Amino acid sequence: MNWSKYSAPQAFYPLAGRLIPWFAVVAVALMGVGLYMGFFVAPTDFQQGESYRIIFVHVPAAWMSMFLYVVMAIWAGVGMGLNARLSFMMAQAIAPTGAMFTFLALLTGAMWGKPTWGAWWVWDARLTSELILLFQYAGVMLLRTSIDDMRRADRSSAVFSLVGVVNVPIIYFSVQWWNTLHQGASVSMSTGSKMAATMLMAMLIMTVAFWLYSIAVVLARVRCIVVERDSLPVWDEKPAVSQEVAEVR
Amino acid sequence: MQWGSASEFFAMGGYGLYVWTSFIATALCMGWEVLALWRRRAAARAEQRAELLGDTDETTA
Repeated sequence: MNWSKYSAPQAFYPLAGRLIPWFAVVAVALMGVGLYMGFFVAPTDFQQGESYRIIFVHVPAAWMSMFLYVVMAIWAGVGMGLNARLSFMMAQAIAPTGAMFTFLALLTGAMWGKPTWGAWWVWDARLTSELILLFQYAGVMLLRTSIDDMRRADRSSAVFSLVGVVNVPIIYFSVQWWNTLHQGASVSMSTGSKMAATMLMAMLIMTVAFWLYSIAVVLARVRCIVVERDSLPVWDEKPAVSQEVAEVR
Repeated sequence: MQWGSASEFFAMGGYGLYVWTSFIATALCMGWEVLALWRRRAAARAEQRAELLGDTDETTA
């Protein structure tokens, strides 16, 4: 199969349209399983009581906020390197979803911090660097909308997102590098997990669900962007519009 | 199962406000994003269609 043909927006558009329902259905199903496990199977935490259940949205949202930023920067870099329009469109499509997950990570973190630490917000390294990530997403989106010329907008926001990628390892390792109020990683690639198996399973299922959700909405958004930028309808998988046009002419 | 009753479940051991705010806010954000994309898609298609059908009303574009 020749995958490179999908780098053309007109070939990618119907492919994305066919993929979206699959990602969406599996995402919703996994969210159902994850929520069930998180609320009915995972035990009460012996230290934090029931408030710990916030992690079933907090941790997946925080992971996605960082992961989506890296993916956005990669697409921006590919766009710069190959001068590929679809890559820039992918980067553009990822930013709002990444910003949303960053906002949710901060909000649910505050919901956890208030009963646990007694404060909605503290200026520790983890929270501050995550807040900066939100500003970075905002910067990428604002930079794009502030430049009228599409090619310049693409390249400027690509440079901005590539430079900002240094913040992602800072967020991730902040709990090791500095003495943060935010707890250290409970799940680590080197030492494994410090959580009960059902807690960990619920959290991982929710993470996969959020990941598939992100793919579905990003593909849906990139389709909108393709239509908005090029307004060429012949790519539509349903030939109704083109037929109607032919009849009018 | 650790919940004796529905009210115990909603109380979340006294943390109900924080737990449910987190989950409801996440659900609202995702629901809003999907709805916004739905509307954006409809708007993009409507505009595209108008252009193709020779509707040159620039004020709606």
